[in-house]
Amino acid sequence: MSAPAAFPPVALTVEGLACRRGDLEVFAGVSFTLAPGAALLVTGENGAGKSTLLMALAGLLRPTAGRIQWSGLGPDMLPRDSIHHLGHLSAVKPSLTVAENLGFWRDLYGLGDIGPALAQSGLAGLAHFPAGFLSAGQMRRLGLARLAAVPRPVWLVDEPATGLDEAGAAWVNRLIAAHLDRGGIAVVATHQRLALTGVAETLSLAGRRAA
Amino acid sequence: MSPFLAMLRRDLRISARTGGSILTVALFFTLVGALMPFAVGPDRALLARLGPGIVWIAALLALLIAIDRLFRADHEDGTLAALRLAPISLEAIVFAKLIAHWLLTALPLIVITPLLAVLFGLDGDATLRLLLTLLIGTPSLTAFAAIGGALTVSIGRGGLLAPVLILPLCVPTLIFGVAAATPGLPGSDGAALLYLAAFTLLALVIAPFAAALALKMAAD
Repeated sequence: MSAPAAFPPVALTVEGLACRRGDLEVFAGVSFTLAPGAALLVTGENGAGKSTLLMALAGLLRPTAGRIQWSGLGPDMLPRDSIHHLGHLSAVKPSLTVAENLGFWRDLYGLGDIGPALAQSGLAGLAHFPAGFLSAGQMRRLGLARLAAVPRPVWLVDEPATGLDEAGAAWVNRLIAAHLDRGGIAVVATHQRLALTGVAETLSLAGRRAA
Repeated sequence: MSPFLAMLRRDLRISARTGGSILTVALFFTLVGALMPFAVGPDRALLARLGPGIVWIAALLALLIAIDRLFRADHEDGTLAALRLAPISLEAIVFAKLIAHWLLTALPLIVITPLLAVLFGLDGDATLRLLLTLLIGTPSLTAFAAIGGALTVSIGRGGLLAPVLILPLCVPTLIFGVAAATPGLPGSDGAALLYLAAFTLLALVIAPFAAALALKMAAD
């Protein structure tokens, strides 16, 4: 396999970001910058707003205050065309086969190659089985394989190693490290101590309680 | 393959795999239609006159029970979030899903309709008129189903809320559909059919935007 092409140098600047879910202010005043090839590890207890932060960065929910600034995307690229968001759910359809699940995302996102991603994720032997037969860990691998199959410079991943065995967790670390090597950026939310190689910075969200 | 076609093909494929759901809607439609003669009584002339209206009501009810299938599964397994990062707008994705949903729920009903027409003693001409009105009118029902499905997607088991929300919207479709299908009713000479077509086009234009907005609010 030849070395994959480098991404355009995408950078992210976040200033004073605040988000609400319903009446509860989940976090406020979150600021950080990510240069091309850098990653941010978001930690914090349950309910501290890690998933909310990732959704706000992905544009899936509107922040109540602050600014999210992408740079280096290219003239006619929208942020949504460059972002992978993997929530705590893996977006796997049980009635489609493993290869069809991955092939759909390749077709929808318009580029990529599912062969190497299947091989890396360890699901190549199960490619033609319905995804409904997969275990929780294998489903997570299939969810992560979407990120590996379709090249996009920004990864926003929520608890990537949930349900994975040791080899799987090591694969996630390699996957993210390889992504950063290509010049991509990643924001990884986790409450576990993931030994992500190449992670430069950690943002700790303090849990807020409803008043 | 374009993202739009990829979306369409995926929805058709998933429904084909879980074929039971297509059959349920079709059977429900057939049974509602077949029960009516028992309720109305064995009066051939009356049944022939009520036939088109009964078929329309049966189609409306059958399409209502399928609403939950449009967005709920995609919302609950996280697919919807990833769909929103596709290189086409959420409105286009909703429209693709709407087409797939119509092909899988409304089209089978139209295919079965000649069977019900025999049951009601409709002649060939009346059957053709009924088929034409269903073909032109049911897309508007699917469009409203998309709005209802999107509005209730984040409510645990939305169940009956979506039908209650969208039934009032379906009134014009029902009025013009039945008027165009029943000889002797005002507008059955063709005006009702044109209004029905216009209303369907209007619904198809509005629904993707309304449903996409509702889906975005559900994620917020």
